Amino acid sequence: MTSIVVCVKYVPDATAHRGFEADNTVDRLGVDGLLSELDEYAVEQALRLKEKAEDPESVSVTALTVGPEKAVDAVRKALQMGADAGVHVSDEAIAGSDAIATSLVLAAAVKKAAGGDVPDLVMCGMASTDGSMGVLPAMLAERLGVPQVTLASVVETQGDQVRIKRDGDTATEVIGGTMPLVLSVTDQSGEARYPSFKGIMAAKKKPMATYSLADLDVPADQVGLSVAWSVVEGTEARPPRSQGEIVKDEDGSGATALTEFMASKKFI
Amino acid sequence: MSEVLVLVDHADGVVKKPTFELLTIAKRLGEPSAVFIGPADAGMAAAESLGRYGAEKVYVVEDAEIAGFLVAPKAEALAQLVEKIGEGGPAAVLITSTPEGKEIAARLAIKTGSGLITDAVDVQPGDGAPVTTQSVFAGNYTVTAKVTQGTPIITVKPNAANPEESAGAGTVEAFAATISEAAKTAKIVAAQPREKSGRPELTEAAIVVSGGRGTGGDFAPIEALADALGAAVGASRAAVDSGWVPHTYQVGQTGKTVSPQLYVAAGISGAIQHRAGMQTSKTIIAINKDDEAPIFELVDFGVVGDLHTVLPAATDAINQRKG
Ligand SMILES: Cc1cc2nc3c(=O)[nH]c(=O)nc-3n(C[C@H](O)[C@H](O)[C@H](O)COP(=O)(O)OP(=O)(O)OC[C@H]3O[C@@H](n4cnc5c(N)ncnc54)[C@H](O)[C@@H]3O)c2cc1C
Ligand SMILES: Nc1ncnc2c1ncn2[C@@H]1O[C@H](COP(=O)(O)O)[C@@H](O)[C@H]1O
Repeated sequence: MTSIVVCVKYVPDATAHRGFEADNTVDRLGVDGLLSELDEYAVEQALRLKEKAEDPESVSVTALTVGPEKAVDAVRKALQMGADAGVHVSDEAIAGSDAIATSLVLAAAVKKAAGGDVPDLVMCGMASTDGSMGVLPAMLAERLGVPQVTLASVVETQGDQVRIKRDGDTATEVIGGTMPLVLSVTDQSGEARYPSFKGIMAAKKKPMATYSLADLDVPADQVGLSVAWSVVEGTEARPPRSQGEIVKDEDGSGATALTEFMASKKFI
Repeated sequence: MSEVLVLVDHADGVVKKPTFELLTIAKRLGEPSAVFIGPADAGMAAAESLGRYGAEKVYVVEDAEIAGFLVAPKAEALAQLVEKIGEGGPAAVLITSTPEGKEIAARLAIKTGSGLITDAVDVQPGDGAPVTTQSVFAGNYTVTAKVTQGTPIITVKPNAANPEESAGAGTVEAFAATISEAAKTAKIVAAQPREKSGRPELTEAAIVVSGGRGTGGDFAPIEALADALGAAVGASRAAVDSGWVPHTYQVGQTGKTVSPQLYVAAGISGAIQHRAGMQTSKTIIAINKDDEAPIFELVDFGVVGDLHTVLPAATDAINQRKG
């Protein structure tokens, strides 16, 4: 048996208006949300690992989210894509949690979802499209006491060995680790599939568990806005950029105007 | 005055510019101490430049047991150093906002029971803890925040400060970290260094010239203009996905965030994911043949025209002016 838990986040739609609540937390209810596009890549890679396995039935893919009531939509989308089971951790006390507290809840939930132990693979996206800290995978690895191999553009497994390719700034690297571990994938890892009609129908019958903090034995006083280890003191909308001068290029006039503009700003 | 730890970002001992920016910020907050993880002799050599930018102490952590592994051993070493400083700990730990920097910071935060703030574009002294400024939601909001628990751990974006020279003692102090077996589990099996372009680093450059799908795959005009301006070359995801340029050139949500003095977008439509990586640039110029391209909403100056004629003519004119 190989167990894979994919962490998926429900995020406000990036193309809709995004903003803050009065308490400076991200407005997660006033805007339409969806499964973070960057987590779709993680679901996709998990499904490919399952499909490539000698016996796909022996690989279980569970999609897990921590978030408000509506966040269940993110899990549902993962089930429609082909994940076997879903877990939704929802508890009023979690609202406003920072990454540190979220990782505490996620770590507990990941274990419970896998039957008590750390699953063979915990898969994440490279960053959430709202907070986009890109720190959760490392925090999860630290809390679970397992290695992290992050920002994979190519993922390969053989038995309990994992190899990934990563495009770093100074080098392209191959990184190896032994399961169990935390793995995150980038948007270079391969297009995520769309749910098929069959997938959408099948998803309705798949098991979906809902956990509260009590189910996870996480004390409510360790999470939430009031105990966050960092506080937002203020938020300010950036003044919209006002449009500057736009010229139409005719017979080389564009290049001349462009050069003059750059010179006037002392770039040349 | 409390120590402020700055993790040194270096390539084979050569200290990168953002580290000097961090030392400049550290000076505002307390007494800068650089932490150099690498070969001991390289650390000794780096101490000179670190001192020149204000480091009073340079902790050198010999990396015999650290090199070749991913972030976990570095986080362990830093956590032990934070503990050694003891008594209220350092006033802050500052780390450059690279993917590796952020992951080290994440593990360090959990290990030391501290709050974490990532991707700060400014850090100023504050009441009880430094006050950070971040740019969120594709650059549409500015947020100020503070760590309220443990040692403030802050990752800072390149260009958040102007590096200022300020003589520090730069006293080298060897620090022996104990690295656990558990931390040595994710190994770098192979690495192929990238060819150097000879141009400035994308995230550090004062000027960036980027090309998109509108280049049709020919980046020569983009590169020529970049070289005339001494700029870095960037790209949209469409150009990267087409295989025209490496992924490391990508600007945007899943690429680099840049905030240069001047950003030139040629043949780029200006999708929200691209804007996320460039809209805090001081001055923005676009060249696009579609006068309705959304990128024009952001520009200080725009040319509606074909980049294949506008860019080479502008490049010639610039080279001529330079004489
Ligand atoms: C999860 C996610 C993450 C993403 N992350 C990023 C990211 O990090 N960075 C990023 O850039 N994108 C990102 N994208 C993709 C983004 O949505 C756009 O698809 C992409 O930015 C488009 O690139 P483009 O502007 O080069 O191409 P297009 O949108 O096709 O625009 C090409 C432009 O070139 C102009 N043009 C054509 N020919 C010429 C010519 N001869 N001269 C002048 N102009 C010409 C056209 O008028 C057009 O405006 C992401 C998308 C998703 C879903
Ligand atoms: N609330 C959440 N529920 C489930 N997974 C999450 C949550 N927050 C973050 N993640 C995972 O962690 C990754 C990185 O998130 P972040 O550090 O917030 O950018 C995401 O791509 C997800 O895979």
